[in-house]
Parts: sequence; C-alpha cells; structure tokens
Amino acid sequence: MMERFDELLPLFTTSLYETILMVGISLVIATIIGVPLGVLLVITRAGHLAPNKWLFQILNTIVNIIRSLPFIILMLAIIPFTELIVGTSIGIRGAIVPLIVYIAPFIGRLVETALLEVDYGIIEAYRGMGASRIQIVSRIILREARSGILLCMTIALIGLIGATAMAGVIGAGGLGDLALRYGYQQWDLPVMFGTVIILIVLVQIIQSLGNYGAKKLKKTV
Amino acid sequence: MIELKNINKTFSIGKTQVEALKDVNIQVSKGEIFGVIGFSGAGKSTLLRMINLLEKPTSGEVKIDEKNLLTLNEKELRNVRKKIGIIFQQFNLLSSRNVFDNVAEILRMNHVPKNEIQRKVEELLLLVGLEDKANQYPANLSGGQKQRVGIARALAMDPEILLCDEATSALDPQTTDSILELLLDINKKLGLTIVLITHEMDVIKKTCDRVAVMENGEVIEQGTVLDVFSNPLEATTKIFLRNLYDDTITEDMVVRLGEAGHSYILRLAFRGDSALDPVLNVISSRFSVITNIVHGSITYLKGTPLGILLVHISGEDANLKQAISYLKEEVYHVDVRLELKKHYEEVLAQ
Repeated sequence: MMERFDELLPLFTTSLYETILMVGISLVIATIIGVPLGVLLVITRAGHLAPNKWLFQILNTIVNIIRSLPFIILMLAIIPFTELIVGTSIGIRGAIVPLIVYIAPFIGRLVETALLEVDYGIIEAYRGMGASRIQIVSRIILREARSGILLCMTIALIGLIGATAMAGVIGAGGLGDLALRYGYQQWDLPVMFGTVIILIVLVQIIQSLGNYGAKKLKKTV
Repeated sequence: MIELKNINKTFSIGKTQVEALKDVNIQVSKGEIFGVIGFSGAGKSTLLRMINLLEKPTSGEVKIDEKNLLTLNEKELRNVRKKIGIIFQQFNLLSSRNVFDNVAEILRMNHVPKNEIQRKVEELLLLVGLEDKANQYPANLSGGQKQRVGIARALAMDPEILLCDEATSALDPQTTDSILELLLDINKKLGLTIVLITHEMDVIKKTCDRVAVMENGEVIEQGTVLDVFSNPLEATTKIFLRNLYDDTITEDMVVRLGEAGHSYILRLAFRGDSALDPVLNVISSRFSVITNIVHGSITYLKGTPLGILLVHISGEDANLKQAISYLKEEVYHVDVRLELKKHYEEVLAQ
C-alpha cells in the first residue's frame, strides 16, 4: 500500500473534502429546516404552548413518510424534484437536495425528542410569569434542551455521513463514490480499507466531540 | 384582590368528562395568606392555576383587582401575569443556568437594564439567603436552596401575588419550616398576597390566615384558620386536623367514664391566651357539676394558640344543661360531643 501512497493520497483528500462539503452544506440547511420542525412538533401537540391538531398531524405524517424510506430509495424517487430545485440530479449538487430531504425530518424528530425532555413545569413557570411563547421557545426550551440537541445533531451528522456515501451511486463524489468505484468495481482493497478507516476515524471523532460537548452543556455536576 | 366566582372546569379525557372544579367561589384579600388544602386529585392545583389562567375555566369569572382576566387579550394577560409570581413543588428551575441567571432571566425577557438586573438579583438573593450561591447550578443545590431560588425568581418582577403549588411538599420538615418562615417574612415585608395549596395541615397552621378545604373539585369548607380549626364541620377537614390534635373519643374512654352516671363529653375549643381554668372552676362551683379533663392539646395557628379540650362533666341533668349554656357564652367554641349514658349503654349492649 505504501508504494501507492503518492497515488492514493490526493484521491482520499479530494474524496474527504467532497464528503465534508456535502455533509456540511446539507447539515446546515437541514438544521435550519429540522430544528423549527422539531419545535413545531412539540408546541403544536395537545396541551402544549400552541396546540394545533391539524398542523401536528400533517407534520407528523410527513416526517413519518420520509422517515420510512431508506436513503437510496428516497434519493432515486425524488429525482424530478431534485432536478427542479438544482437543475441536475447528479454530482454533489444533485446529492445535496435528497440529503436535505432525508435528514431534515430526522433532525426534526430527534429535536422533538430532545425538547420533550424539558419538563413542562419549567414552561409553565415562565408562562405563569408572563413570558411570551417566542421567548419560551427561544430562551427556555431550546436552551434547556441544548445538551440533548447537540447529541441529536451528532447522531444526525453520523447518519448524514452514511447517506452521503450512498450518494456515490449517483456519482456524487466523496468517500462513498471512491469506495464504489475503486473498492467495489475494481476490487482495489487498499482503497476500500482506506475508506473504511477514514470513516471510522471520522465518526469516532464526531461522536466523542458530541458526547464531550453535551456533557459540558449539561451542568449537572 | 383575587376573586374566583362560580368556577367550573371540565376536562375531557378521551370520551369521559372529568369535573375538576365544581362551582368554586373564593375571595382573597390583599396582604392575606390564603391556603387551600385537600387530598391529591381534589382539584387544588387546577384551582391555583385559575388565578393566573394557566388553566382556563369552563365557566365562571376570574378577577384580580376587579379586572376580569377572561376578557383580556394575550398581551394584557401576560402583563397581569408579570405581577403574579409562582413557585412549585418541583422547583422548575432552569438546569442549564446558574442561580443568578435563573433569577435574572425573566428580567432580561422584560428588557430590564443590565445594572438594574445586577442590583435586583443581588437584593433578592440576599433576601432568600443565597447571596453566596449566585454562580452555582441548580444540580448542586439542596431542595431547600432550590426552592429559595424559585422564590427569588418569583419575586423578580415585584409581584403583588405569590402562588405556591405544594411548595414545601418535596422538602423535609426542617427545610419546610425555614421556607414557610421565608414566606411569612416576605408576606410581611413586601405586603405580598399569598395563595398556597398543600396537603399538609401543618403548612396551613403555620402560615395561613384563611383556609379552604377541597374535595372532589368542590370547596367543602372555608373560613378563618381559627374558625375552621376550632370547629371543623366536614369529615375531610377532621381527617386533616387529626394530624394536629386527636380529639376522637375512644370506646375505652366511654366505658371508663360511663360509670359516672348521667354525664357528657364536651369538646371545648378556646384561644389559648384566654385562661380556661376559671371557667371550669366556675361551672363546678356554680352548677355543682364535676368536671374532668380527658384530653387536652394546644396548637399554634401562626403564633395564636388554639386549645382543644375534651371535658367530661357529670351531675344532675338540669345543672349540666345550665353549665353547658354558660360555657357556650364564655368559651370560643363548645359542642356536646357525646351524651355519655346513652352511648355507654349502647357500647355495653354490644
């Protein structure tokens, strides 16, 4: 493997860069959609801050539908939609749209779970003191749940890396593409193992940072 | 100051309707400490939440300073709520913020200037005795300290009313006492009107001026603590009071005293600062009856002693009747608990 180092290094760095690019862009946009989605899934339920049976049911159903599709199927199924939005269904741009559609509801669901951990008594306390709903969501619920949200984002990020690899199927580039082209189609084992090791290290780092951050934010010790 | 008028509240759980409150009427005056006692599920928590409309009544009126809260829009209601502090059994502090920020957050939400917040929070932490804990997180505080933070937070907006939702139920007796003392202190210092709900008579007795007893969503009895404690009318009230004094007449007493012939057991309630001995002496000498104290206890109601005596009196029937009517004039509250002879025969016959 060592003698091919010079040949393989740029291959790995480019692929890693592409993966990080796809993951980064789709994570940011999916978070912008997913966090408010999670908030809505919490506050529209019965007896919460802004009960709205219809909105809750609609959002809940949409999330369930998207969540029941494996990424590889979702990606192929929404090709017309992807083309409509970014003009292409292949490459990095073509991958980002399905990645967002896939991961935003996941983030929404995870954030929902994290927010539900915030004791309703705390919300009631601030309602009772005359805080507005927006203040309660932004300054109380989201802040109290931030440790849990960070853990959710960690899980979502790792899920996203997995999905990104599958985007190799549509020629999206990145580590998945690399493993597919070299590892699978040419049976180039060093590249395959290299990809596996990079992914393991990447996920380990993300999970450790996430756990550390969540612990720091928890303020229980 | 606070007036709840003909309040009804029905919850729907699936298809069943639960009547949480039934025609509840309560008035609380300014500066008073008003207690609501009841077993769990009696509706006290729902009742307390009516005062700041965290729960909305199905029908009825909620008035604060003559203003009907049900007619207010969201913004007006929030302004009223700012003047109503609330503390909880589970404290409900922000776990992600330290003591200072827990108290300061509501001030920040209301755009109070920074230096003013600093001054106000320090003043409040001093009031509740936590001036050295400002940088601690709730996880590092004891239950009593957490409740003190809760109180400081509730006072941050200078409220006129403080609602206490089982505020001491999660605390040990000693801590409970210190929190109750703090509540009495702020009631006096700040002229705060306090409404508290509890299932402990001890809390009512140490703090309240007036009390309402709730059962199955209804207020079954209400009045000054002295009146309700000296002469409880409802069975539930009596059960609660049994923790403070036990004036039940045992069969053993009946058997022992019944031999004395025609006699009564009287229950006398008196304010402990009025001496009772002379009264008992007077009836023995003036009406030639024999008196015998069977049970005696003194309870302190917010510092005022309330004495409860069970007195056995025996003698001629006419004299007994005169003695009893004399007592009724002289003593805070008298009732004839038992005409002993009759009951004695019943017990023996069993």
